[in-house]
Amino acid sequence: MELLANLSLGFGVAFTPINLLYAFIGCVLGTLIGVLPGIGPVATIAMLLPATYALPPVSALIMLAGIYYGAQYGGSTTAILVNLPGESSSVVTCIDGYQMARKGRAGPALAAAGVGSFFAGCVGTLILAAFAPPLTELAFKFGPAEYFALMVLGLIGAVVLASGSLLKAIAMIVLGLLMGLVGTDVNSGVARFSFDIPELTDGIGFVVVAMGVFGYGEIISNLAQPEDEREVFTAKVTGLFPTKEDFKNMAPAMLRGTALGSLLGILPGGGALLAAFAAYALEKKIKLKPGEVPFGQGNIRGVAGPESANNAGAQTSFIPLLTLGIPPNAVMALMVGAMTIHNIQPGPQVMTSNPELFWGLIASMWIGNAMLIILNLPLIGMWIKLLTVPYRYLFPSIVLFCAIGVYSTNNNTFDVWTVGIFGVIGYLFVKLGTEPAPLLLGFILGPMMEENLRRALLLSRGDWSVFVTRPLSAGLLAAGALLLAIVLLPSIKNKREEAFVEE
Amino acid sequence: MNIKSQKDFFAGLMFMGVGVAFAWGATTYSVGTGARMGPGYFPLLLGVLLALLGVAITFNALVVERVGGDKIGKWAYTPLFYIIAANLVFGVCLGGLPSLKIPAIGMICGIYVLTFVASLAEKGMKVKPTFILATVLAVISYVAFVKILKLQFAVWPAFITG
Repeated sequence: MELLANLSLGFGVAFTPINLLYAFIGCVLGTLIGVLPGIGPVATIAMLLPATYALPPVSALIMLAGIYYGAQYGGSTTAILVNLPGESSSVVTCIDGYQMARKGRAGPALAAAGVGSFFAGCVGTLILAAFAPPLTELAFKFGPAEYFALMVLGLIGAVVLASGSLLKAIAMIVLGLLMGLVGTDVNSGVARFSFDIPELTDGIGFVVVAMGVFGYGEIISNLAQPEDEREVFTAKVTGLFPTKEDFKNMAPAMLRGTALGSLLGILPGGGALLAAFAAYALEKKIKLKPGEVPFGQGNIRGVAGPESANNAGAQTSFIPLLTLGIPPNAVMALMVGAMTIHNIQPGPQVMTSNPELFWGLIASMWIGNAMLIILNLPLIGMWIKLLTVPYRYLFPSIVLFCAIGVYSTNNNTFDVWTVGIFGVIGYLFVKLGTEPAPLLLGFILGPMMEENLRRALLLSRGDWSVFVTRPLSAGLLAAGALLLAIVLLPSIKNKREEAFVEE
Repeated sequence: MNIKSQKDFFAGLMFMGVGVAFAWGATTYSVGTGARMGPGYFPLLLGVLLALLGVAITFNALVVERVGGDKIGKWAYTPLFYIIAANLVFGVCLGGLPSLKIPAIGMICGIYVLTFVASLAEKGMKVKPTFILATVLAVISYVAFVKILKLQFAVWPAFITG
């Protein structure tokens, strides 16, 4: 079995003390920021990108990946105990999880979230290991036209599935693409939109954009909101174990959530957030058994389903990144940044050129999930304490770590000035109700898209029909058009808007 | 004509403005043809697209009825100013400002300055807790960034280290 051989290679890499240590650090950090509302994985990973310079690439990626899926675990704790989503992907967990906590069943709710996440994480990792090689082979058949079409599909998917206003999200993508083009054009050597500033000829730093918009922009808008009373269950969470009845309800919900989450994670634009929403909708559709608590009043399925789904989605969203080199969401866009820092070009060649990195990362995810369940269930009391830390102490720390992170990227104060500008822009985006995540995706994909468009049109001698005459590319574009058409259908449009109102 | 969604209206205007600016900027580079794309081709295409999207968003904001008018609401100038200022001041502490002959005073002092400036973003800043917070952050940063990760910083003011 090739899969087994690969996995054993991966475990060999992941089980070295240094990689175990970094997986652990990643998981702890992920849980930490997951528990704390107001700081998400995007800002955290952006902050830590520069710090990973000194690490070997495998360890760096293992740690950053740990932050992402660790945040999915931690987010549910806050959702259940405080009714605040620690992470956007645990928004739906609030609905039933908090109600369970109010009825004194916080323990089983936390256990359902933890066990569901662990199960889903394991399955997601296996799917990743099994599907990556065949997809990689497919990716080698891709020419520039296909890549361009795939990126179009990915970007359309990202906005259709994962944000509020469609038009504004598309505009944000285009804006991101344009910002990605700032700097020296690789073909002609012309410095574009650089205003004769030497630092800008290298392009706008990715870390700068991510931190300004996600880090500072969010802190400012958080501070602008009046401090509301947070009701925290600091009382001891007793009786972690779900009852037999709970298990009976939980298990099928976990399975459904995992299946749905894995599927949606692979899709461009998918990932944890969408998976959680879809899983909750699915659980709600399934008939209640006699005597079961209705949804919205503390049904355990409403916790187990979405929590499994968001973790499965978080794992499988690595598939497009590792096989095609195309990030399906903002966190994966940061992973591209991390790989480029270490001179690894993300794409199908990673598996053959860096097998120890590829399989090591996958194996580490399984180990990470095992660590997380230990971190999150027996040690839950520690995380609950964290929730009592006032924001007053939190936000200066975040500002500091952002500033240090930005400065250390290039040891250059120019980046510090630009991150200030992007902080203002980030707040502007919040005020205008435009979502920054698509911008980041566009920013990463901008240069890639231009390059593939240029190559495709060069090969076809300027004939745009190449995108529809090549079957693979035509299929991908058709899928994108179909996606757009579906969301624009009136009945779905209303449903979709409803779903995002809950955010 | 009434603005039905203030947020969308101004977002649309912003996209229009930025799109036009990029498109106009792109025409100053050689645009080329599809088969031989110049550096201006793709930005021009995207700039025009962004401007058109901006028009559509603005138009929608004038036509489609929204609940409550989607007001932008008050700008939080205080946090905006202090958060950004904290970041800029920290940059000055680390790198100094050669043009104004301000010397770098290093990371540790920078952390204290940053913590105090940032804390002003929220009403009711108290000196003592902020000072303790800054000290804790300074220790953590020193251990994590300087000792463990070995990032290159000017840690102490130049007049101390010489």
